[in-house]
Amino acid sequence: MLEVKNLHASINDKEILKGINLEIKPGEVHAIMGPNGSGKSTLSAVIAGKEEYEVTEGAVFLNNEDLEDLAPEERAHKGVFLSFQYPVEIPGVTVTNFIKTAINETRKAKGLEELPAKEMLKLIREKADLLEIDRKFLSRSLNEGFSGGEKKRNEIFQMAMLEPKLAILDETDSGLDIDALKIVANGVNKLKNKDNAVLVITHYQRLLDYIVPDYVHVLYNGKIVKSGGKELALELEEKGYDWLK
Amino acid sequence: MNKFTEDDLKKELETKEYEYGFYTDIEADKFPVGLNEEVVIAISKKKNEPEWMTEWRLNAFKVWKEMTEPDWANVNYEKPNFQDISYYSAPVQKPKLDSLDQVDPELLKTFEKLGISIDEQKRLSNVAVDIVVDSVSVATTFKKTLNEKGIIFMPISEAIQEHPELVKKYLGTIVPTTDNFYAALNSAVFSDGSFCYIPKGVTCPMELSTYFRINEGGTGQFERTLVIADKGSYVSYLEGCTAPARDENQLHAAVVELIALDDAEIKYSTVQNWFPGDAEGKGGVYNFVTKRGLCEKNAKISWTQVETGSAVTWKYPSCILKGDNSVGEFYSIAVTNHFQQADTGTKMIHLGKNTKSTIISKGVSAGKSQNSYRGLVHIGARAENARNFSQCDSLLMGNQCGAHTFPYIEAKNKTAQIEHEATTSKIGEDQLFYCNQRGIDTEKAIALIVNGFSKEVLNKLPMEFAVEAQKLLEISLEGSVG
Repeated sequence: MLEVKNLHASINDKEILKGINLEIKPGEVHAIMGPNGSGKSTLSAVIAGKEEYEVTEGAVFLNNEDLEDLAPEERAHKGVFLSFQYPVEIPGVTVTNFIKTAINETRKAKGLEELPAKEMLKLIREKADLLEIDRKFLSRSLNEGFSGGEKKRNEIFQMAMLEPKLAILDETDSGLDIDALKIVANGVNKLKNKDNAVLVITHYQRLLDYIVPDYVHVLYNGKIVKSGGKELALELEEKGYDWLK
Repeated sequence: MNKFTEDDLKKELETKEYEYGFYTDIEADKFPVGLNEEVVIAISKKKNEPEWMTEWRLNAFKVWKEMTEPDWANVNYEKPNFQDISYYSAPVQKPKLDSLDQVDPELLKTFEKLGISIDEQKRLSNVAVDIVVDSVSVATTFKKTLNEKGIIFMPISEAIQEHPELVKKYLGTIVPTTDNFYAALNSAVFSDGSFCYIPKGVTCPMELSTYFRINEGGTGQFERTLVIADKGSYVSYLEGCTAPARDENQLHAAVVELIALDDAEIKYSTVQNWFPGDAEGKGGVYNFVTKRGLCEKNAKISWTQVETGSAVTWKYPSCILKGDNSVGEFYSIAVTNHFQQADTGTKMIHLGKNTKSTIISKGVSAGKSQNSYRGLVHIGARAENARNFSQCDSLLMGNQCGAHTFPYIEAKNKTAQIEHEATTSKIGEDQLFYCNQRGIDTEKAIALIVNGFSKEVLNKLPMEFAVEAQKLLEISLEGSVG
């Protein structure tokens, strides 16, 4: 599904990613761990197509298609979803209105009609229930005055609505207490199936107790320095990152 | 409230005769350019006005001659040459087209985006239409419905003939001839406009918008509007149109006067989308408008405006809160793009006790435009317990535009409570990337963000126009990001 080949990327002429190779198949959950500044968030931003980053070498493929020339929204239409570490506020735009726009724009890109209001509402309710989201929450302005937990839950709610092929969860666990973490992880697990894939980016092992990865990669200084099974996460938790340098 | 629907209209028209031969009294003549006493007299004569009206105009002309064009607003433009304008031009009959295929496809595209019905598209682009939407018969039908309630709603030129006592009593009482340069000019040469009188205790059964839209066709260069809501009455009035109005007249100087007598309420909504000039800043309408309302005891006037058009806008819809417990409201969205300049806001003059005013102003600037809010809150010495709340928010796109706020406060009574809040924000790269990542392209994302920003004002518009206005905001900002 996702293939990252010898990816080099820089921002303001500073190289952050220095040759990443990664392959994710449908149905798999991968975790990328690493200390601060190792390039974790850069990797997710580059896959999603953030323009500030320049890919200097290598490429990213989604279902064998080179993403290089695709705008972020086009990548989204093809099934890339990024759960942001710091979701932005959009005052005056409700959660419902935002997701409705996102769904309909995606449908439009695929040549489909807008989803009728009734079906939209039904879908919204269904997904909100799945993630234990209060209905009142849906009419609040997007992320405005949301707690950390609410923001992340809203990200997963949007993921549930958009049903992406590849979901990248960037530090989804940061700022969450254990209850919120469980709800979010539970949501992700419910949405998981054999046709989609998840890339979890995290600093700590904690989230991986709930979203269990098939593979764990350690990112250090812009490169994947070690890959292994889920037990690697536990090892990192115990030993820290220093032994990998 | 009972709405007069299009279906009702169809039914009524099927059984109805054509009452007037619409175009019979149209003469295609135009005065030579220039302004002097003879021209003013000639305008009055053309309209067959009584002597008092001619005198009124002449007096205004005298006043105007002594005045100079104001230059305190935060706008730059080449001053019009007032001797280079023709001050009377009979409505010109545009060539009738047989079908929409003959209409400029660009215009049709815009109509489409605004969601304007096919029938109305035809009307706006002057395509021959069936009886159902023909201006005069529709206008007449609405008039009949209003007549039953005793509501007078007609062109002001007709009102001068048919209701001189009302016109005489109120015209120029809220915006006196001497008020300002453009008001004086308007008073001397006004072409036409609307007159509306709601009798005591009557709630106007429909948004007067519908009538107005249908009747709009040729909005004059110097429009004059007078709305009188008698004691305990209510009216909601909408002027303007979301459809792009291309006008050959570069200068527009309208005057609107509202009078809300005891316990009356007037809701006045405006959507202004005159030609703003092209992307290089060439052409475009100069819109210098004086709008003011007077509230007697317990009365309320609410101004709502969505301003997206014109090259230069100079406009301050205001309320004089004369009566005790009267309420004034001003809700505004002003969008400027490319080289547009807007200097707009309001004046809330608190004279009575326990008077209350609310000002919500939203400015969106893009391109190389300049957008200024200018507002005055005046609390008179006898206005015990007056209260005002003002909120001015500016949203900037890119780094070549400007947003400015000029709030003036004059409080002459210690019991006054005045609150002013202001924010300035910029559409951030992060916001756009977030939307993009969810599959929303940048143009749509901007529309979404701007609509969210303007929500408090959009919510104040009559429902049908809120939807159109929302789309209008989107269209106005198209191409504002590279």
